[in-house]
Amino acid sequence: MALTKLDELESKSIFIIREAYHQFPKLGMLWSIGKDSTTLLWLCRKAFFGHIPFPIIHIDTTYKFADIYRFRDEYAKKWGLRLIVGRNEAAIAQGMSPKVSKLGCCGALKTEALKQLIEREGFDALLLGIRRDEHGIRAKERYFSPRDKNFQWDYQNQPAELWDQYKNSYAEGTHARVHPMLHWTELDIWRYIRRENIPITSLYFARNGKRLRSIGCECCCQPVPSNASTVDEIIQELSTTTEAERAGRAQDKESVYTMQKLRAMGYM
Amino acid sequence: MEAPASERPQLKFVIVGHVDHGKSTLVGRLLYDTESLPPSKLEEIRKASEELGYEVELSYVIDHLEEERSRRITIDTAQTWFKTPEREYVIIDAPGHREFIRNMVTGASQADAAVFIVDAQEGIREQTRRHAYVLGMLGIQQVLVLMNKMDLVNWQKARFDELNEELSGFFASIGIRALGSIPVSAKLGDNVARPSKNMPWYTGPTLLDSLARLQLTARPDNLPLRFPVQDRYTIDGRAIIVGRIEAGKVRAGQEVVFVPSGQKARVATVEMFLRDRTEAEAGESIGLTLEGDPAIERGQVACPVDAPATVGSRLSASIFWLSDTPFRSGETLRLRCATQQVGCSIERIERLTDSSTLELIAENAQSISATQVGHVILRTDRPIAAEPFAAMPSLGRFVLMRGHDVEAGGIVQRIES
Repeated sequence: MALTKLDELESKSIFIIREAYHQFPKLGMLWSIGKDSTTLLWLCRKAFFGHIPFPIIHIDTTYKFADIYRFRDEYAKKWGLRLIVGRNEAAIAQGMSPKVSKLGCCGALKTEALKQLIEREGFDALLLGIRRDEHGIRAKERYFSPRDKNFQWDYQNQPAELWDQYKNSYAEGTHARVHPMLHWTELDIWRYIRRENIPITSLYFARNGKRLRSIGCECCCQPVPSNASTVDEIIQELSTTTEAERAGRAQDKESVYTMQKLRAMGYM
Repeated sequence: MEAPASERPQLKFVIVGHVDHGKSTLVGRLLYDTESLPPSKLEEIRKASEELGYEVELSYVIDHLEEERSRRITIDTAQTWFKTPEREYVIIDAPGHREFIRNMVTGASQADAAVFIVDAQEGIREQTRRHAYVLGMLGIQQVLVLMNKMDLVNWQKARFDELNEELSGFFASIGIRALGSIPVSAKLGDNVARPSKNMPWYTGPTLLDSLARLQLTARPDNLPLRFPVQDRYTIDGRAIIVGRIEAGKVRAGQEVVFVPSGQKARVATVEMFLRDRTEAEAGESIGLTLEGDPAIERGQVACPVDAPATVGSRLSASIFWLSDTPFRSGETLRLRCATQQVGCSIERIERLTDSSTLELIAENAQSISATQVGHVILRTDRPIAAEPFAAMPSLGRFVLMRGHDVEAGGIVQRIES
């Protein structure tokens, strides 16, 4: 029996997740509760037969949708996750918000919050659900990607990565970003969600002619016009659309190279 | 019944060739002509081109780094997708500069096939030859040649024929046989997705037609089982060894031998979460429980008892040096092959060749530098399981590490105890 595309995608991701767990004593997974990282969580459950042996991290800007918090708490309990919530309390207390500055807000409440958490918990590697097809700059990523102590991504000088031999040795103070789903596309994600019947937040489904296609903070996400209210309808919609997935995300729009700069500074 | 295009595995091809011969432009052209570019992306490219004061530049579809656009070169490998009614493709764009060879090898190592570009005006250059060598080393069998920028040579058949002759001689010397050669203009679109009106003398397929005929790299189902163990978990009190089947099949009840240790065991169950399975095949990430629960660790490879992988500590191999820091005789390295990792040294560099000119640089050399190929004898600190690359790719290729970095890729020719 020949493996299907989804079988191949899944198998490679599970292989990478297991490589990461073997390699890093202090591994964690970033869960934004969106479709990609929820799929990654599902793949981790498969890799470890339902018993994920590392913490699942939610970076909480406090500006998330209500359903995100509800979904998080429900499935953290149902799947027995060791959930760690990271918040930049100091910046929140000082009133940081997208109204002050969009880039500044992402920097403080996401990147800085993650930095603080990594330092506090001593993580040496993080699993992330990013994909190459989301953004041109993510298309350049490696599966195992080092970040120095200042979180910098040296995208000009990335490690060689061939034959599933990933970088397994890191300089002192470096941590690794591991991207087990780099080779998936947005459509693959939805087809896999359908095949596996993965629970997903209802924010993706259309209400009143609009739906969210990519989810971040409530204040910085614009819904797209859509009548897709089921997984099947979303798959149908994506098979014909030519619009970019992140068209509703504010971070991508400030300037052409904003995403490159955000990522170089450690943005996810 | 054949699965619909969207459910079949995608065909991944890498675009290689000398710097500025049009690789990134071709990517842009393919996406543009197959209507795979979102309007917002076209707008973004128009804006970025304008900011830098150029005409609309198709290569920006894939050259996304600010430095790539201002220097008008590709620095890093990238991947993008497009589809036709028949199937989906992943395009791997690889940089053409010598200094970025590590990124080129990274990109090419993931491909089923290669599109090999030559600038018809400039002809065959240093990286054209080097990239051909890398394709041969990586074992990429399907190569399509594109003679690009035909508009700059007045669409001349004579120039096309001349270049084909020169290239086929070089390909033959490194064991590559091209599936075909197509005269194109990536910039104008001739023979990419549409037949060219400018070259009526060419009656062969367009690039898109040729791509449709390429095959996926076959999963080695018909080879004997090779299951390199990644790890050993204890789940609900049961020990499960996990890994991906690299060749062959495995089923519950089968007796296997683990190499290099030589320990035998019987498979009790095949484990996949939420699945009920008694067997599994090449390409699948699975778990196995074993009768009697022997202590099998990462690095062991499960094989059929009657067809195990060879075990030895002396390898005859070709290595391609990727690092800017040369290897010097006497340095110790680490060798990684499948899930095995062992210390090793290079006993002898029998021959050192240039990967572009294929000229012999030295016999019994003392060092290997970036882009050079060493035909070497490697000595591992303890025996490993390995096989000739041609017979068993997954146990016939390896990387060499020094310090924190992957410094070279290698292909096994022979293994001895």
